[in-house]
Amino acid sequence: MTEEPIIKFDKVVKRFGDLTVLNELDFEVKKGEKVSIIGPSGSGKSTVLRILMTLEDINGGVVTVGGEPLWHEKAPDGSLKPASEAHLHKMRAQLGMVFQQFNLFPHMTVLRNITEAPVRVLGMSKKDAKDRAEELLDLVGLADQAQKYPHQLSGGQQQRVGIARALAMRPNILLFDEPTSALDPELVGEVLNVIGKLAEEHDLTMLLVTHEMRFAREVSDRVCFFDQGRIREEGAPEDLFTDPNEERTREFLQAVLDT
Amino acid sequence: MLFGIEWDTSSGWAFAVSILPILLIGMWVTIQATVLGFFIALVVGLVWAALKAAPLKIISWPAAVVTEFLRDTPLLIQLFFLYYVLPEFGITLPAFMTGALALGLQYSAYTSEVYRAGIEAVAKGQHEAARALNLSGTRTFTHIVLPQAVPRIVPAMGNYLVSIMKDVPLLSVVTVLEMLNVARIIGDRTFNYLIPLSLVGAIYLIMTLVASSGVRLLDNWLPKQGIPLK
Repeated sequence: MTEEPIIKFDKVVKRFGDLTVLNELDFEVKKGEKVSIIGPSGSGKSTVLRILMTLEDINGGVVTVGGEPLWHEKAPDGSLKPASEAHLHKMRAQLGMVFQQFNLFPHMTVLRNITEAPVRVLGMSKKDAKDRAEELLDLVGLADQAQKYPHQLSGGQQQRVGIARALAMRPNILLFDEPTSALDPELVGEVLNVIGKLAEEHDLTMLLVTHEMRFAREVSDRVCFFDQGRIREEGAPEDLFTDPNEERTREFLQAVLDT
Repeated sequence: MLFGIEWDTSSGWAFAVSILPILLIGMWVTIQATVLGFFIALVVGLVWAALKAAPLKIISWPAAVVTEFLRDTPLLIQLFFLYYVLPEFGITLPAFMTGALALGLQYSAYTSEVYRAGIEAVAKGQHEAARALNLSGTRTFTHIVLPQAVPRIVPAMGNYLVSIMKDVPLLSVVTVLEMLNVARIIGDRTFNYLIPLSLVGAIYLIMTLVASSGVRLLDNWLPKQGIPLK
C-alpha cells in the first residue's frame, strides 16, 4: 500500500534537560490502524502520545498528522516554521486522548464532562451535545450515570467516561496513555472491553500505550517495542510476542509476562 | 457627648450602656472599612496574581517587585504615604477611603499569593485534559481551573478578612472614626478608659468569632472538588 500514513514521526528528537527521551524516532501509523506501544518505563512511549496531543513540543525532526506538519507550519517561502497556537488548535481537532489518571473534571457531572467541549469548541447545541453524550454513555455502558460526579464513580467507570469524553469530539485518532494502569485489577476488564469494542471501528486510528500484553496482542494490528527513545522492534502481534528477533525484546517480554 | 449621644457617668453600668450606641457607630465604620479593604484586596490581588503569572518577564517582574514591597513595609508607612504624600500630587481622598485603600493594597499582596497557590494546586492533568479537548485558555481558566481553585482559596481569604478587621484601628492615626478611635475619644473626655476599651475588646472578640465561624461554614459548605457545574 502506498497510502500516505496518518501519523508520521520523521527523525523526531525530544529532550527533557540532559535526558534524550526520543532519539531521532521514525514511526508511522496508517489510517485505521490499531497500534500498541510497549516497552520499559522511560522508553519514551508515553511521550509519543503526548507530542501528538500537543502536550509536549519537540526538539528536532518533523511530526506529520493527516499529511500536515503538527509542530510546524509552512511559511510563505515553503520552509517550515514553528507552529502557532492557532495551528495547534486546528490540528488537535483530529486527535483525542484517554489519560492514565482519567483527568475528568471533578466539579462537572459526567454529562457536562462530555458535553463541555462539543458545545464550547465545536459549537454544538446543548441539546445535540446531550443526545450525543447519552449515545456515548450507552456505548461505554454508563447510560444511567450521566448526572453523577466523577468522585461518585469507580475508577473503571471514570475511565469509561474519559473514553466517552474523548469520543465526543469525533477524533480520527484516539490515543490511550496507559488507560488501565491506575485501576484496581478487577476494574481493568471493563475498560479493556470498551477499548476492544472501539478497535472494531474500521476508520478509527488507535494508538495504545499499555502494559496489558495479552490485550495488546488481541486488539492490535501492529505492536511496537520501544527502548531508549527508539523503536527497537515492531511487527504483527503474533510474531513479536511469540518469536521476537531482538534479545532486548525477548528480555522485556519475559520480565513482564512472568509477573 | 459624641455623635449627638450623651453619656451617663452615674455608674459603671450606666456608662457602659450609654456609650454602647456610640461605639456601635464606630463599629459600623470598622465593618465598612473591613469590607471595602477586603474587596480591594480581593480584586487587586487577583490582578497581581494574573500579572505575576504572565509569561513575559517585563510584566511579571514589576508586579513581583510591587507586591514584595507592599508586603515588606509596615502598613502604617503605606497609610501615611497615601494620606500625606498623595495630596502633594493633587490626589486628595477622604480619610476613610485612604485607610481602606491602604488596607486593601497591603493585603492584595497577600491575597495574590493565595490565588497563586490555589490556582497552582489544580492538577496538571486538568490543564492537559482541557488542552486535549481544545478548550480555549480563557475557558479553561474560568470553567476548569477557577471552580476547583475556589475551595482552596476561600479559607485562606477568610483568615485575611479577620486580619484586616483587626488592622482597622490603625486607621485612627489618619483621623478615621473607627471603633477604637471612638473609644479613645470617649476616654479622653470622661477620663474613663477602662470601660470603653473593654467594650471595644469585647465587640472585637464577637466580630472576629462571627467572621471566623462564617468562613468555616462557607468552607464546609463548598464541595472540595470544586464549584459544581451541571
